[in-house]
Amino acid sequence: MPLLALRLASPAVLIDLSAVPGLDYIERNDGHVAIGAMTRERTVERSEVVGSLVPLLTEAMPLIGHLAIRNRGTVGGSTAHADPSAEIPAVALALDADIVVTSAPRGERTVPAAEFFQGFFTTALEPDEALVEVRFPVAQPGTGVAFEEATRRHGDFAMVGAAASVRTEDGRIADARIVTIGVSDTPVRCRDAEQELVGSAPSAEAFEQSGSLAAGACDPPSDLHGTTAYRRHLIHVLVRRALEKSTSRSGDK
Amino acid sequence: MTDTIDVELTVNGTRHVANVEPRKTLADFLRDDLELTGTHVGCEHGVCGACTVLIDGQAARSCLTFAVQVRGAQITTIEGLANDGQLNPLQQAMVESHGFQCGFCTPGFLMQITELLNENPSPTEAEVREALSGNVCRCTGYQSIVAGVLRAAGQPSTANSGH
Repeated sequence: MPLLALRLASPAVLIDLSAVPGLDYIERNDGHVAIGAMTRERTVERSEVVGSLVPLLTEAMPLIGHLAIRNRGTVGGSTAHADPSAEIPAVALALDADIVVTSAPRGERTVPAAEFFQGFFTTALEPDEALVEVRFPVAQPGTGVAFEEATRRHGDFAMVGAAASVRTEDGRIADARIVTIGVSDTPVRCRDAEQELVGSAPSAEAFEQSGSLAAGACDPPSDLHGTTAYRRHLIHVLVRRALEKSTSRSGDK
Repeated sequence: MTDTIDVELTVNGTRHVANVEPRKTLADFLRDDLELTGTHVGCEHGVCGACTVLIDGQAARSCLTFAVQVRGAQITTIEGLANDGQLNPLQQAMVESHGFQCGFCTPGFLMQITELLNENPSPTEAEVREALSGNVCRCTGYQSIVAGVLRAAGQPSTANSGH
């Protein structure tokens, strides 16, 4: 709607899916939580199933706009919109979610998040396809999560942000997922920064090095809200903080 | 030539049937077609919160919703709060706390607060501030608004009354 209000988009046809039944659900399936495209963000925010099985998604919800925005905004809408500063695409990318799309002539297909987000507001959706479900893998035991953002005002779009999911086992990092937002034309998975951590014991030095790698791997835009150098600095700090927080929440409790 | 669509919805307990352009926002529909001008239009892209109404009890931006999207819904606007000319407890508390100055943002604030208090009748000051973070006021500095909400909820307040 803001795109329409600002005359940035002028679609010939606009279809409201609110009246389409069967797109509003949160289901626990084998190894993942399936969320229907028209499930409101506020519903996800309150969901105990999501809170216990996909905590990174729950962590991201309060960062999306404000209450009145989350009452209307949907998981499918945010995913298909593919704003490079948005939280839900970042979570999908970090967790290797599967995105289910469908078309009348060809039926359903599943697109991995890593292939779904292709550019500014651009996805793997074909013109005759609709997004119907996002499948978020269930967090394994010992996983801790965090989502850190830098915003000008509370609830604004993030200048930049960092999502982290860390699983520790016997005092060592067994799995690390790091995604940054607001730094490119899509959310960015920071594989080098993840690899830096896996197998090692959590330490301030490792987080610092990982933040540095994440900052070096991104090329954020420069605008009146902040320069490229400033945003890169923020990524360094936010990735480090997200790793500290997620690690402190990880491990056997 | 734009096709129009039949819309049937309930606003403040009154059923309305109308024929509207699909491009017409709920805010414009309320103001222009139903002449309920208490819903204010500020930024027209969802940032300021002045146009907030309740759609089936949930706060939403009426500038980001088309009228044709709320067919069959129950809408509550600022005009729906008072009862027979009697301010409701929230409105009365806002008056007593001087929770507004120019009044432009007030309808949006009150509708957002109405949702908050329906879900959480005794919010903490932090919860009030979080709930109101999506509404912009350029007069009060917010202290007196937060005080008004806490007064309505019968909660102690550290926010001063704005004086």
